Amino acid sequence: MRNFRSIGLALVATFAVSQAGAEELTGTLKNIKDTGAITLGFRDSSIPFSYLDDNQKPIGFAMDICYKIVDAVKKELKLDKLEVKLNPVTSATRIPLMANGTIDLECGSTTNNAERQKQVAFTNTHFLTASRYVFKKASGLKSIDDLKGKTVVSTAGTTNIKQLTEANVEKKLGANIIPAKDHAEAFLMVETDRAVAFVMDDILLASLVAGSKSPGDYVISKDAFSKPEPYGIMLRKDDAPFKKVVDAATAALYTSGEGQKLYDKWFTQKIPPKGLNLNTPISDELKHEFAKPSDSPNPDDYK
Amino acid sequence: MNYHWNWGIFFQPNPMGTGTYLDMLLSGLVLTLETGALAWIIALITGSIVGVMRTLPSKGANWFGFAYVEFFRNMPLLVQLFLWFFVLPELLPNSAGLWLKQLPNAPFWTAAIGIGFFMSARVAVQLQAGIGSLPRGQKMAATALGLTTVQVYRYVLLPMAFRIILPPLTSEFLNTIKNTAVAITIGLLELTGEARSMQEFSFQVFEAFTAATLLYLLVNAVVVTAMRFLERYVAIPGYITGK
Repeated sequence: MRNFRSIGLALVATFAVSQAGAEELTGTLKNIKDTGAITLGFRDSSIPFSYLDDNQKPIGFAMDICYKIVDAVKKELKLDKLEVKLNPVTSATRIPLMANGTIDLECGSTTNNAERQKQVAFTNTHFLTASRYVFKKASGLKSIDDLKGKTVVSTAGTTNIKQLTEANVEKKLGANIIPAKDHAEAFLMVETDRAVAFVMDDILLASLVAGSKSPGDYVISKDAFSKPEPYGIMLRKDDAPFKKVVDAATAALYTSGEGQKLYDKWFTQKIPPKGLNLNTPISDELKHEFAKPSDSPNPDDYK
Repeated sequence: MNYHWNWGIFFQPNPMGTGTYLDMLLSGLVLTLETGALAWIIALITGSIVGVMRTLPSKGANWFGFAYVEFFRNMPLLVQLFLWFFVLPELLPNSAGLWLKQLPNAPFWTAAIGIGFFMSARVAVQLQAGIGSLPRGQKMAATALGLTTVQVYRYVLLPMAFRIILPPLTSEFLNTIKNTAVAITIGLLELTGEARSMQEFSFQVFEAFTAATLLYLLVNAVVVTAMRFLERYVAIPGYITGK
């Protein structure tokens, strides 16, 4: 009988200890500590944010930021070694993989908006992009009004096609809007004259043009369909301790000037694997955002 | 799992301003049904013609039927739709290609016709097998009665063959409906396409695809039931398909 009681006491004691431990570390941080590994989700073709180089290794602006976050997590947890696992994601799989714990951070070009914040959390904004359109120089479509009655393409399921649809109604353009499966296909539609313009985030248009057969043939519009919208690294919702570490890491990166250096590396210089140069200097909005990092989904907060 | 379920999402307004998310899915369902129906009509008509050609005594007709079936059957549907939509207009003379590209609703017509041809190859093989399964004596008896080849097919072989292959045709019909999902690759926003849009906007991926799955199941249940009735209606007592 005495034996049983001591076993019981021992059990209670261990339980209490593990309870105390759990209070210090919860959620993602606890998982990372327990497994000694963190998993980053990457995209295979979101140039220059997250894409594969010629060794099939994911690289990019968002990947660099994620590696900085990994360093911060390692320091926070006082780990000697933290294994980084890489997991490919697509726009269709990023939510399930985030929800079931396969990935801890999504390093790509995911727009941070209020609707999506009901499902996931985002850390400080790493890029701002507005909806513009690309067209062939020869067609000379200077303003949005020039799209009247023309066939315009955008990628299905994006915020861009929504803004295009709204502008079509508001400005009475009467444009024929066709949805494409992905960005490459939408661009192909402009290349093959199936559509005169492709409405998309300006930075993605810049990378599609830079990678096309004859970059000189295409122009990206000055007119925009939207205010600059924020891109953020995505993480699980309701995990305040982890978000605190991630936010602190990104804020430190952006305010230190190292953020600007990373930006220049990916947006104004030649990038692997093909030596493309996106020639997109940092915008004033993003400069302000880097000085005062924010995870707000509201475009009005970035001025 | 750290997922925020929200089944109420279907009744929230969608960001395209076309009603709720449910309306978005239902508009996709309508497009799926239209594409599926048109594709099935094309598959049934072309498939029947090619299937008959494969059983005719003529060598030329045989060869054509064989080539047709192998061409449409051996290429993945995804590749075929891509070819018809993106490659074909580039191969045509410039003006014809441009006309084809600027056709209104081009993705819909391409998808319906492309899926129709793909499925027609399968219908043709089924019909050939159906005709082949009939006793040789039937054809001979019909010819002995003085019927022409057309009449033999019209009054004797086809009515029997179609009855025999009705159950496999049901599953081809279901496949046609399910295959319309491939049409998102050429920008047709049918049910799967709308479910994908919904998950991109709201990030409620499981709700979107659960609803899409249920809608597909519902449509296919209707088709199966309707085909059962048809099978019973055309059954001839005493034959393999009758009771």
